[in-house]
Amino acid sequence: MDTRTWTIIFVGASFALYLGIAWLSRVRDTRGFYVAGRGVPALANGMATAADWMSASSFISMAGLISFMGFAGGVYLMGWTGGYVLLALLLAPYLRKFGHFTVPDFVGDRFDSNVARIVAVLCALFISFVYVAGQMRGVGVVFSRFLEVDINAGVFFGMAIVFVYATLGGMKSITWTQVAQYWVLITAYLTVAIAIAIKLTGNPIPSIAMGSSLQAEYSGGQAAFLLERLNQIHVDLGFDRYTDAFNGSWDKVNVFCVTLALMAGTAGLPHVLVRFYTVPSVRAARWSAMWALFFIAILYLTAPATAAFARYFMITSLNGATVETLPDWYRSWERTGLVLWFDDGDGRVRYSAGRDNEIFRNGALGAAELLEISRSHELWKNSGGDRGEDARTVLLERGLSGPDQDIIVLATPEMAGLASWIIALIAAGGLAAALSTASGLLLVISSAVAHDLYYRILNPAATEKQRLLVGRAVIGVAVVIAGLFGIYPPGFVSQVVAFAFGLAAASLFPVLVMGIFSKRVGTIPAILGMLTGIGFTAFYIIASLYFGMAPWTFGIFSSGLNPQGIGAIGMLLNFVVTLALTPLFAPPNRASQEMVDSVREPEGFGPAAMIEQAVDH
Amino acid sequence: MMRNSDNPSLPPDLHDQRVRAALRRYWRSNLRLMAVLLLCWAGVSFGCGILLADWLNQFYLPFTGFPLGFWFAQQGSIVAFVLCILVYCLGMNHLDKRHHAELKAATGIRK
Repeated sequence: MDTRTWTIIFVGASFALYLGIAWLSRVRDTRGFYVAGRGVPALANGMATAADWMSASSFISMAGLISFMGFAGGVYLMGWTGGYVLLALLLAPYLRKFGHFTVPDFVGDRFDSNVARIVAVLCALFISFVYVAGQMRGVGVVFSRFLEVDINAGVFFGMAIVFVYATLGGMKSITWTQVAQYWVLITAYLTVAIAIAIKLTGNPIPSIAMGSSLQAEYSGGQAAFLLERLNQIHVDLGFDRYTDAFNGSWDKVNVFCVTLALMAGTAGLPHVLVRFYTVPSVRAARWSAMWALFFIAILYLTAPATAAFARYFMITSLNGATVETLPDWYRSWERTGLVLWFDDGDGRVRYSAGRDNEIFRNGALGAAELLEISRSHELWKNSGGDRGEDARTVLLERGLSGPDQDIIVLATPEMAGLASWIIALIAAGGLAAALSTASGLLLVISSAVAHDLYYRILNPAATEKQRLLVGRAVIGVAVVIAGLFGIYPPGFVSQVVAFAFGLAAASLFPVLVMGIFSKRVGTIPAILGMLTGIGFTAFYIIASLYFGMAPWTFGIFSSGLNPQGIGAIGMLLNFVVTLALTPLFAPPNRASQEMVDSVREPEGFGPAAMIEQAVDH
Repeated sequence: MMRNSDNPSLPPDLHDQRVRAALRRYWRSNLRLMAVLLLCWAGVSFGCGILLADWLNQFYLPFTGFPLGFWFAQQGSIVAFVLCILVYCLGMNHLDKRHHAELKAATGIRK
């Protein structure tokens, strides 16, 4: 059977599974809809959190990013896992003890203010919409690459599936489908990585294989470590050594700031935080944070190995190839434009870091534009440079040197010569990663509007039935909006994902931490701190991405601060402003202070309401 | 009014000095455990994986081809993060147990 048939079978079977799970776990009350009735075991919640967290970009793009970044790829590896330590130690157990349904709930109650609640709601909505747009696009991209259908048709399929299971069972069916989606995506990811690890080094565990010696057939007889060989090839072609720290614009301070911003951002993302409301107890919340990171680590420890393997395969199979000896994977992915070869006339491929590089990608170029460029290039080549234009110069100027990063995960099975059903498995895995994250985000959007805005602010007298209806309606509307973002992607989506992390790091994370660990921080300092953090972070990102502001150096950065890292500074500002203003304003009222006491108590000890009976000393 | 301590399903009476003292001890031990683990967290990632990475890269992880700084940034720190949370879970379970015992002792004397 060919890859396409296998893909239809795998994708069809996994979708049927998700719908079946949704039907079995449909719900009838808001507790079930928002927090899965608080009955999710820690292990299952950990798995669901892992699937929720690992998005289409973790699955498809991350290994590629690392592959092209080398050492600096550690920014994403450490940033997106280290956040869980903050989450487990500083937030998860306390939010679970607080109970309720959403993150804005905690902010609103702790600071006893609807203004604080609304600021938190707006942050949650913004972060979730930015994120979900990328997921829907990811669904479309996977469909179009593996099934050769229109991207829009793919987005529509994805929307329909998420719509059914998210409205039917809310958090409950989302949780259990996420558990299934975790298995689909991790199986796909590991199968490929293990197969390549064995092929290259003979060791089946990718993380260990990465540090092992190459098989004799690849190392030309003499024993050489994979990474050592990779470094050598890099140097020969003019790239920076793969394992060397701090190359180019990734200097020490930038790596530090971006990692910190991603960590704090991870801990402040609302769709991850709400998952800890779904477990039965504080103890289970702690364990599920551990399981979540454990399941995430399985993929995150494998990704850098896949990155190094693919880098090695890619460079060695391309360089020196001629039209006759070009690898098969190049032929099948050339059609997508993710990798392009423009020969200088000698008939041999050269992929290097210099001006003689011949490997490019299409980026955002349209098909017509690309055809024009390659026609002109043929003319240039055949006329010996008299007429036409050298495509290599054109593409170099547009910053399109080297293959697209997505090709690393998408094409590695072919690079390693794996069977066609394994390639189909990657398609099902990519869809699982995109859909699981999309559904978690849609639930946050629904709860922010239906619970925090509608029930807590607009209509506190709403009945259970009304609230559930509004919740379902909002999810429906949000799916449609997300789908539209997927079909008509606003040009800014890929850039604003950095914004989502920066914003979460500069707003929700600090306010939650101070709300739990200080009884003295009051309403006004907290709101001002949040606004400062958001304002500063938004200003820097918008100004540097859209208005060409030169990155700030603060006198310590050699190459200016990457906008992805600004959330770290925004977070510090939020802490500083809030803590500096705190002594000038009234402490929180008794009820808020008692609420803090109650979330700090270990499990089994009472809700805030009972503590109110106590006389103060 | 019935005292809360007479019925274990009700929350402990925060009026009670001994109960308050037990809670304070619990919170302080929690903060201490947290501080130690956060130091480990920052040490492996920001310390070994970033600030010292270029220096550590001159050494290799024994028996492998991993330069040490590179290994911390792409493998070691992630493993350490999982261990940090594992230690936290076990430590807090232990603290919970001790706290329950203290509370029982405090309220038991009252009876």
